[in-house]
Amino acid sequence: MIPANNAVSKPVIGKTRARTGSLEGHLHRLTPYLFLAPSLLVFAMFYYFPFIKTIVMSGYITNNRGILKKFVGFANYLNLFRSPDFKQSLLVTLRFMPMVFIPTLILGMLMALIAEKRVKYLSPVTEVLFSLPMAVASASAAIVWRMAFHPSVGVLNYVLGTQFQWLTDKNTALFSVALVTVWLQVGFTFIFLVTGLRCVPAELIESASLDGCGALRQIVHIKLPMISPTLFFVIFFNLIASFQSFGQVRLLTQGGPGTTTLTLGYIIYLEAFQNKRYGSAAAMSMLLFLLLLSITLMQFRFERKGVFYN
Amino acid sequence: MVLRVVACLLLGLMMAAPVLYGFSISLMQERDIMSYPPKLFPVNSSLMNYAHVLRTIPIFRFIGNSAFVSLSVCLGQILTCSMAAYAFVFFRFKARGALFIAVLATMMIPGEATIIANFLTISSMGLSDTYQALILPFTTSAMGVFLVRQFYLTTPKELKEAAQIDGCGDIQFFAKILLPLSTPVLGALSVYTIINTWNQYMWPLLVTNTPEKRTVQIGISMLQFQESLSMGLINAGCICILAPSILFFAIGHKKMAQSLTAGAVKG
Repeated sequence: MIPANNAVSKPVIGKTRARTGSLEGHLHRLTPYLFLAPSLLVFAMFYYFPFIKTIVMSGYITNNRGILKKFVGFANYLNLFRSPDFKQSLLVTLRFMPMVFIPTLILGMLMALIAEKRVKYLSPVTEVLFSLPMAVASASAAIVWRMAFHPSVGVLNYVLGTQFQWLTDKNTALFSVALVTVWLQVGFTFIFLVTGLRCVPAELIESASLDGCGALRQIVHIKLPMISPTLFFVIFFNLIASFQSFGQVRLLTQGGPGTTTLTLGYIIYLEAFQNKRYGSAAAMSMLLFLLLLSITLMQFRFERKGVFYN
Repeated sequence: MVLRVVACLLLGLMMAAPVLYGFSISLMQERDIMSYPPKLFPVNSSLMNYAHVLRTIPIFRFIGNSAFVSLSVCLGQILTCSMAAYAFVFFRFKARGALFIAVLATMMIPGEATIIANFLTISSMGLSDTYQALILPFTTSAMGVFLVRQFYLTTPKELKEAAQIDGCGDIQFFAKILLPLSTPVLGALSVYTIINTWNQYMWPLLVTNTPEKRTVQIGISMLQFQESLSMGLINAGCICILAPSILFFAIGHKKMAQSLTAGAVKG
């Protein structure tokens, strides 16, 4: 079947070549661009153009409707590094990041190891339950968690026997937001890790256990190295998502108490849409972009060095 | 084995606990919610809060808006992403490599770096508080193009050659042969985009300002800032908008998980 197909395909290629030059040939060469046009148009309007506009805007002072008024060069950026709020939001974000991605990774890994083996009837249910938060919006999550955080009648204090003012104490507020964020992200992490684990060749595990390699050593010496590409992707994804946390911050703490939960994602929102200082907000966005870019580049470099590809 | 089953179900219950807790509160009366010790299960359970939601909040309007916006975004992505993927896989042309990188590069631009300018564009176009504002910016995605492309790469090239011999043109081949073949990947893309659009918060918060155009997340979260409303009512509203997305997720879960991880997980 296949060789026959190949035999016939040759003249077709010849025919396509012969068409170039003619009107039909020109049209034929345009076809791929026509198919790309809708998607490129949207990218141009809502990705490339606004990105460039943000770069430009970060060099200007704007009025409250976003019209560029005065070119100030790098003044917006310099002002940011003099602003205590912005410095604080960088610090908050740097503290928030490990608070989210480390527990997410450990929990996600644990869940993946538990759910790894396919069991009839059980696996589909487990997988949906373990990744359930993927279906929940940050805004909805904030609403259901808010009640659990309630200091006097919330279930968290009751179960733990504590008396924390979860969302209004400056020592626990960031932790509380991180807890909700971990819950929101762990489902996605689990899905990737469990798929990764299932792709580890069964013979490898079998021969290891024949050699007397225990379950824990199998995990550390075989499974983890084998899924390291997935692991890196998941770490990278979680870092970026924790940088951008917005809905849960706005609905749980509004950056407070004081500025203790003022993440980068939230301060950009405040600067742009409450203070209407679009130029300065654009400068913040660009710094956020550069931070994310450097994380990505670091990830690529790490990946080349430390990841085992089969 | 028994241990595994118990561990799976216990952990699964823990993951679902916040949602179940919200559901339980939505069935309680205000004095039970505010009593100590906190109750995990409703004592005098009633659907009163739900009846109250229907009376006080245009919840069907919000759900209708979100459903319309999510479906439109989904249709848009199916169309633009599969067309772009078709061009990348089945044609050789000069700018192919460069354009593919240009598409992937949009993944590197964080939402924060475009949202301000997009907001200003939409308002200057007079599109604030319209469905267009909620839909247009999301009608394509690099992820979608990438997903569909990965799928097309696995379809045999001979398929198109054979179709050409039978006199099938480029557009015909795409619409009549390739699209029907790609239902698995398009299904996965649909589940992913519909859930994501349904769950959007920041963008609809910025571009809508009347209840007529508000989407579910905005409509419900606004209740939280109204002190006069009870927690039971707010949780009932929240469950109303969570139920469709969780149901949809449970149905489409397998397909979505397979396609999403296909590109990132290597054996």
